[in-house]
Amino acid sequence: MPSDPLVAQHVLEFPGGYTRTTGPVIGRFLSELRGRRIVGVRTNEGKVLVPPLEYDPATGEPVTAEYVEVGPAGTVTTWAWVDEPLEGHPLDRPFAWALIKLDGADTALLHAVDAGNAKALAVGARVWPVWSDRPTGHIRDISHFAPEVTKIVSSVRAEYRLQAGGALRVFLEGVRRGVFLGGRCESCDKVYVPYRASCPECGSGIADTLELPDTGTITTFAINNLPDPRAPQVPFVSAYILLDNADIPMIALIGDVPAHEVRQGMRVRAVWVPESERTASMSNIRWFAPTGEPDVELS
Amino acid sequence: MRDVAIVAFAQTRHTDHDAGQTEPELILPVIDEVKERTGLKRFGFTCSGSCDYLAGAPFSFVSALDALGAWPPISESHVEMDGAWALYEAWVRLQHGDIDSALVYGFGKSSLGDLNTIMTIQLDPYYLAPLGLDLLSYAALQAGAVGADRKELDEIVRRSRADGRANPYALDLPDPDGEDFAVQPLKKTDVPPITDGAAAIVLAAGDLARELCPNPAYIRGIAHRIEPHYLGMRDLSTSASAADAARAAGVGKGPVEVAELHAQFPHEEIILRRALELPGETVINPSGGPLAANPVMATGLIRIGEAARRILDGDASRTVGHAAGGPCLQHNLVTVLEA
Ligand SMILES: [Zn+2]
Repeated sequence: MPSDPLVAQHVLEFPGGYTRTTGPVIGRFLSELRGRRIVGVRTNEGKVLVPPLEYDPATGEPVTAEYVEVGPAGTVTTWAWVDEPLEGHPLDRPFAWALIKLDGADTALLHAVDAGNAKALAVGARVWPVWSDRPTGHIRDISHFAPEVTKIVSSVRAEYRLQAGGALRVFLEGVRRGVFLGGRCESCDKVYVPYRASCPECGSGIADTLELPDTGTITTFAINNLPDPRAPQVPFVSAYILLDNADIPMIALIGDVPAHEVRQGMRVRAVWVPESERTASMSNIRWFAPTGEPDVELS
Repeated sequence: MRDVAIVAFAQTRHTDHDAGQTEPELILPVIDEVKERTGLKRFGFTCSGSCDYLAGAPFSFVSALDALGAWPPISESHVEMDGAWALYEAWVRLQHGDIDSALVYGFGKSSLGDLNTIMTIQLDPYYLAPLGLDLLSYAALQAGAVGADRKELDEIVRRSRADGRANPYALDLPDPDGEDFAVQPLKKTDVPPITDGAAAIVLAAGDLARELCPNPAYIRGIAHRIEPHYLGMRDLSTSASAADAARAAGVGKGPVEVAELHAQFPHEEIILRRALELPGETVINPSGGPLAANPVMATGLIRIGEAARRILDGDASRTVGHAAGGPCLQHNLVTVLEA
């Protein structure tokens, strides 16, 4: 016995393909496909066979000469999901095989459905044909079927240019220097931060800025599980921070602490980016981090 | 109707790979075995079942005749389908009354190519084959139509594989586990194994049956029925043709101790059990069935052989052998065997 296997490859092929006549019934169906119409043929009993056969499979009698346009939409009656398409399949991405009862037909057409994933398809699903670019009179003139359109996505996008001119500019210039600027209303005796030009309570003008410390207390917070380009990671915590000496809290990110350890009353301090990187922008503050001081009782 | 019986059955120890034998080399041992069992050297009629597309070689059944001794000329025929239909043709031939014995065999090596896509070639060339619809995909469509309980399907596979391990001719295959899909809803463990193998049966009529064998398995009913080829013209969740064939063969006329069903996928067993109206007491596929060894073109003949073997061995008095062909159980043949 030889020790090595003796193996040869061979291929069975009809070069150029095998020419077949269609006959009048199948030929009519394929010709209609070339015109992007799907037709069935009527049997003596009045049923519409799609795709058409020469004989009624129930009785064996020849079909009539009456062709009926059906669909183009239909309803899935049975389906199977292909995760790994083979060479020769209609689609090169995961798809379903389905029996589709086209509107007006009494039998089901077998074809591929491009539904994205298996969960997107069910018995009873409505599907529509997607035609190939250049129909030639072939079952694959229908490239595949696709689920009925039940929703669309409309995109909204507009661009704006904002300028920080008044009080906001004053505040941001403070941030550039590493300082939070607020303002006190003389008549209400309340300190607002960020700095603003008027008191939201009484309407009095606020003339002078007031430097506030960069320490404060968390009054409330939220744990966010959706990614945000400004956040360090997911989940991240955003919190209201009442800066010391201020009467109004400011919103900011909390960092350097696991999300589940953040609590109301926690003492925090702003973490500034290095001085050389500072600009007149809130990105100067990476986030607020716990100071380690005992919690504050919130009233 | 003449009394015709199965008097001998032999099969290869099937392999899950190409063992390098030519087709005559594959067939020769089983032909020799049934010749030895019966003592017959020549047969009144010979009929075989195979498929040229498995090997990609035209008229491969002609070269397979080298295993028979075809000279001086023998009376011979071939079906391009499972050997079970060769058995049917031989049974019809024996009904003519002028001969008393027939040799039937079936063979196939499904390891040589990609069986999944080779079976696409059996589909109609206008509507189905150009889509590239493959064997697993159309089986999965039928599994979807049946909508069977996953536990029931896994249990059929587990039982078949366990029975297969106890059958020296079948393959040793793993139990189902995980959720690895072939084509959903079919799991990879629902898929029958690629198998090479062959089987042979000797039929004898009249007095010859009892002369050759102490317990002939008499064919008391045999019938086959077919449904439309196109899958969209059928209710895939049932098998009208299997039910009709079972009725015509008289399955329900008595208790069935053992039924060997040509169920390549577990959902096919569910469809066939219902179509043949088999009660819970009937033992299904004690050989392991096609889920434990599936030498295409011999699998159906082996089902009839396994059903006959229970009677030849004296273990049963009434059994059923079933064979199927075409996509999604399109064509069904049912044989009722009695002691
Ligand atoms: Zn005020």
